[in-house]
Amino acid sequence: MSIASRHRLRALAPLAFAALAALSTLARAADPVELQLLFPIAVGGPLTQIMDKLTARYHATHPGVEVKAIYSGTYDETMTKARAQFKAGQPPDVLIASAVELFNLRDLDMIVAYEDALKGSDTSWTKRFYEAFMVNSTQDGKTWGLPFQRSTIIQYYNKDAFRKAGLDPDHPPATWEELRDMALKLRDAGGVKFGLQIPSDNFGDWLFSALAWQNGLALVSPDGKHAYFNDPRAVEALQYWVDLGKAGAVPKGSVSWATTPKDFIEGKVAMMWTTTGNLTNVRKQAKFDFGVSPLPAHRQPGSPTGGANLYVFKTGDTAKERAAAEFAKWMSDPEQAAEWSIATGYVGSSQAAYDTPAMKAYVASFPAAVVARDQLAHYTRSLGLHGNGRATAALSDAIQAALTGTKTPKEALDGAQKTADGVLARFQK
Amino acid sequence: MSRTSVIAAGAAAVPGTAAARARRDTIGGWALVAPSLVVIAAFTLYPVVLSLVHAFTAPRGGVTLQQVHAMVDDEVLHKVFVNNLVFAAVTVPASIVIALAMALWVNGKIRGRAFLRLAFFTPTVLPMVAAASIWLYFYTPSYGPIDRLLHVFGLPGHNWLGTPETALPAIMVVTIWKEAGFFMIFYLAGLQNMAPELEEASRLEGASAWYHFRRVTLPLLMPTTLFVMVVAMTASFKQVEHIFVMTRGGPDNASSLLLYYIYKVAFTFYDEHYAAVLTLVLVATLLLLAFLQFRVLERRIHYR
Repeated sequence: MSIASRHRLRALAPLAFAALAALSTLARAADPVELQLLFPIAVGGPLTQIMDKLTARYHATHPGVEVKAIYSGTYDETMTKARAQFKAGQPPDVLIASAVELFNLRDLDMIVAYEDALKGSDTSWTKRFYEAFMVNSTQDGKTWGLPFQRSTIIQYYNKDAFRKAGLDPDHPPATWEELRDMALKLRDAGGVKFGLQIPSDNFGDWLFSALAWQNGLALVSPDGKHAYFNDPRAVEALQYWVDLGKAGAVPKGSVSWATTPKDFIEGKVAMMWTTTGNLTNVRKQAKFDFGVSPLPAHRQPGSPTGGANLYVFKTGDTAKERAAAEFAKWMSDPEQAAEWSIATGYVGSSQAAYDTPAMKAYVASFPAAVVARDQLAHYTRSLGLHGNGRATAALSDAIQAALTGTKTPKEALDGAQKTADGVLARFQK
Repeated sequence: MSRTSVIAAGAAAVPGTAAARARRDTIGGWALVAPSLVVIAAFTLYPVVLSLVHAFTAPRGGVTLQQVHAMVDDEVLHKVFVNNLVFAAVTVPASIVIALAMALWVNGKIRGRAFLRLAFFTPTVLPMVAAASIWLYFYTPSYGPIDRLLHVFGLPGHNWLGTPETALPAIMVVTIWKEAGFFMIFYLAGLQNMAPELEEASRLEGASAWYHFRRVTLPLLMPTTLFVMVVAMTASFKQVEHIFVMTRGGPDNASSLLLYYIYKVAFTFYDEHYAAVLTLVLVATLLLLAFLQFRVLERRIHYR
């Protein structure tokens, strides 16, 4: 570079700076609101990509808002991360977390109600969701969570294995007795290692609440202040599960939540109980003819709801809270709800989602997709309690203790009840 | 830090201009340690103080012993504490013995020595989470490699991680597998430093290989053993990543260790105060064990 040209450059510099400054002011005016979304994954399949697609589309249709979707691990890890960020004064804006966390999120004063975040706007759309999901989402007349990846537990079964065992592939077990007998027949017919798997190392409390409900008992009170873990009906239900293991209908010891879908897909187990959120993954990967059905009934049919809601964090920045609530609403709109349901198997959160053309076409081609939704007719609420999961952790431990034979169902559940009472005492005042 | 003040104190005794220089030295000294001091204060001292404060205050303020009382009734805590003691009592000696055996083996003049050393060291290089994921697959009931091998011999499979009796042992195996290669390196270094004359002398005296090992090699390796033992003991209380991956502490806390339980209390149950007390218990346990090790072993060590 010659000296002359360097001089010329130096003369130009102030101009260039002025231009840059002007540009950056312009850019700042158009700076999008940036929202951080934390989301967990509890099922198989490439869900992060689908999430990125959704947030990209939101940005395309709402240029003023940019959503950074951050995959934050399991449900528990996601809560840990959200809480740590909240304590550090940098909470996420939108959180997808388990529906059972509502009590804890409110006890810690971490979230805002949609009616408050969207003050002045019409919020009648909050009435569009299935009631079964809203019992874990509304409190004190306000909406705190929007159903997003909500679920029920369904029964997946390998029709080829049914045929091999001489069972009718269109008649999955509909009672506890049938479940036990068929599981044993399937195992004895060979080909599969086990007739049935009900996971217990993770979400064991949730799966157990299905058995308890079928035996006529809701394990928690609607206000999240009382647990009924050692009710005789719960003891009976746990005894039934333990007896399944003793008879060899399910594997001995605790059964992995994470590998159960894999075991089913690889044909190692003929039937499994797990979330409907695994449906699309199983459909894509299973190389055999499979079916899904509602869970069997005992005194009554039914399943607890499960899965996660969209929560808006209390950031103190009302503009951001509003933007976050608008984004969350959009995520729960029928089109997105249908898309997420088709991509995963989770239940579409509203009837409107099932009325979209995409969903109608999907259900027509794959009727199994509505089994979990139809099971909502016999729902019980998710296992939400105050006290940051300590009571349900004690229940999970008790279930594992009984299943592995270290305690009787009664002993185990009495212990869990004692812990739960201790934890919940201060909320009952 | 203490050395700086000693220098400063010594210098201050000199009168006149020397005093000014001493002051300069003091300032310079403090300036030199300041960066580490800030880091230690922020990431060690502050958390220690905070843990102490949290441990003895109630969630809603006020001094209390309620967290200490809670420990007495906490059956899960008793279980994980015993688990951790068993875990340490098995993994520490086992990984030390295996490490020593491997070091003696690859120290000899054998074929493929470099390859063997590398093979033994590989588990150490792996992140714990990766190692745990591999073993999670090994332990998979009915179609994991271990159960498949059992099937070949006509033995029934086993739910290794899902049965209370085998969950903790299964995790101990992973720990030993991972740690032994690391400790081997220290023993190998110790062996390489040993004068070859010692072995020649033993041979001339007609001592057997076992006698030489027992009376010469082993005593000379004692400083290494002490170091390895303290490191292994600390690790047995500090490493919990594999529990997250493999069992989540289950079934019914059968494979839960103290630090994993502290994590659960602090970050799942959000009980910082109780977690703080548990942390103090953990630190006290570690200090006590380290103290005992130094006391007992120091007398039997010949430092060269």
